[in-house]
Amino acid sequence: MGPFGYLFVWFTLLLALCLQVMPLPDAWLVWRPDWLGVLLAYWCVVTPQRVGVLHGFVLGLMLDLIEGAPLGQNALVLSLLAYLFLLLYQRFRVYSIWQQAVLVFILLGIAQLVEQWLRTIFGPVSVSLEFLLPALIGSLLWPWLYTMMQVVRRRLGIG
Amino acid sequence: MRPIKPLFSYGPIPTYRMLLCAVLAFGLMFAEHRFSAVETARSHMTSVVAPIQWLVALPSEGVRWSAMAISDQQTLIDENGRLREQLLTLSNRVQRMASLTAENIHLRELLNAPNPADVPYITAQLLSLDSDPFTQQMVINRGRRDSVYIGQPVMDASGLIGQVVSVSAYTSRVLMVADANHAVPVEINRNGLRFIAQGTGQLDTLNVPSVPATADIREGDLLVTSGLGGRFPQGYPVARVDNVKRESSQAFMEVSAEPISQPERSRYFLLLFPPEKPDESLSGPERMARQVVWPGDPGHPDVNRISEDALTAALTLQSEEQE
Repeated sequence: MGPFGYLFVWFTLLLALCLQVMPLPDAWLVWRPDWLGVLLAYWCVVTPQRVGVLHGFVLGLMLDLIEGAPLGQNALVLSLLAYLFLLLYQRFRVYSIWQQAVLVFILLGIAQLVEQWLRTIFGPVSVSLEFLLPALIGSLLWPWLYTMMQVVRRRLGIG
Repeated sequence: MRPIKPLFSYGPIPTYRMLLCAVLAFGLMFAEHRFSAVETARSHMTSVVAPIQWLVALPSEGVRWSAMAISDQQTLIDENGRLREQLLTLSNRVQRMASLTAENIHLRELLNAPNPADVPYITAQLLSLDSDPFTQQMVINRGRRDSVYIGQPVMDASGLIGQVVSVSAYTSRVLMVADANHAVPVEINRNGLRFIAQGTGQLDTLNVPSVPATADIREGDLLVTSGLGGRFPQGYPVARVDNVKRESSQAFMEVSAEPISQPERSRYFLLLFPPEKPDESLSGPERMARQVVWPGDPGHPDVNRISEDALTAALTLQSEEQE
């Protein structure tokens, strides 16, 4: 992957960050897919040599700054997510696309669970199972997102 | 000879990096909890992501702008008429207010009590509501450049919205009264009973804990800031009591209240500059006098000037007490 490819990686990740923090009506917030998590997972699976834990950390730090979360909370969660995908990417590549979606759900769910734990450490929060919704919707989007990104990547000759 | 590309490529071992990141993240979280220096560092770093905040606020701004651009003449005429009516009602109220204020000042002078000064303010506009469903926060377009400070009270047209919790150069973040981490000292407007109103995490409910079963509190009571704690100025509406559950066997009642402010509808807010908390080292009359002048407003030239009238009033009060 050349410098252009690497730029493209950051472009998509920052785009995902924008989608992640885009203002929405209050009732829709819990239905927002975990854009950043899904995109990070994609790049970790496709180019594990270039994209990894540190990318998750930097993006998480930016998310913390924008969301006003305790500094390091999302950084930890996203670097953990990248780590899990780096551990599993070889197995992941041989799965069928729907099996992949299930695995994405499980790993995103673990990341969201860790995030909820961190939240409860730092103060009172209203706890409900709704926090799994972004992971569920993110994993349902996975097959389409994966296929689309593969096509775009081949078109641009990044690999 | 070209090397044979391996069938399974092995990436770098990520475990060490993961450990490094975890240590860094926990270090940051701990440091932010304990040291105020991180707060300053954070406010500088937030200026770096400010472009993203502006960028994501663009679509909703665009929708609002285009809605205005294509709204037809009739709608504008209607709106204009409605605003004129509102203006008339409000100016009527202001006139009554002026005479009441004058009367109030007069009565206070008779009692030799210092007059509370007007609280200076600046206006602010909403940049984005929080994108996180588990906290109630928002970002506004005023920052350190407009001398916004952490802990500053924020109002909308109808009541208290919350307080500033972090400030960057051009934007700042407001914690709303309904957030589960927020509490504000309040009193009942009707009889001055003092309580604490706590956020619950739901935008439309506040919780009022530790209300004795014998307290005189009813549904419909207006809760206003009591000014105790020194963070919020006194007398701004916060919430209206909407549910009082009395059980004869319990020592305390369950009371909930609905916030007066409408954060989901307002776009414009007021940032108040309440008078500074007087210096603890000052004693008696001078301390009292400092409370009633301008101090809160950093732009005002007479920040540290003491008003003669207030000083005289306070001195008289003290000499009377001694006799």
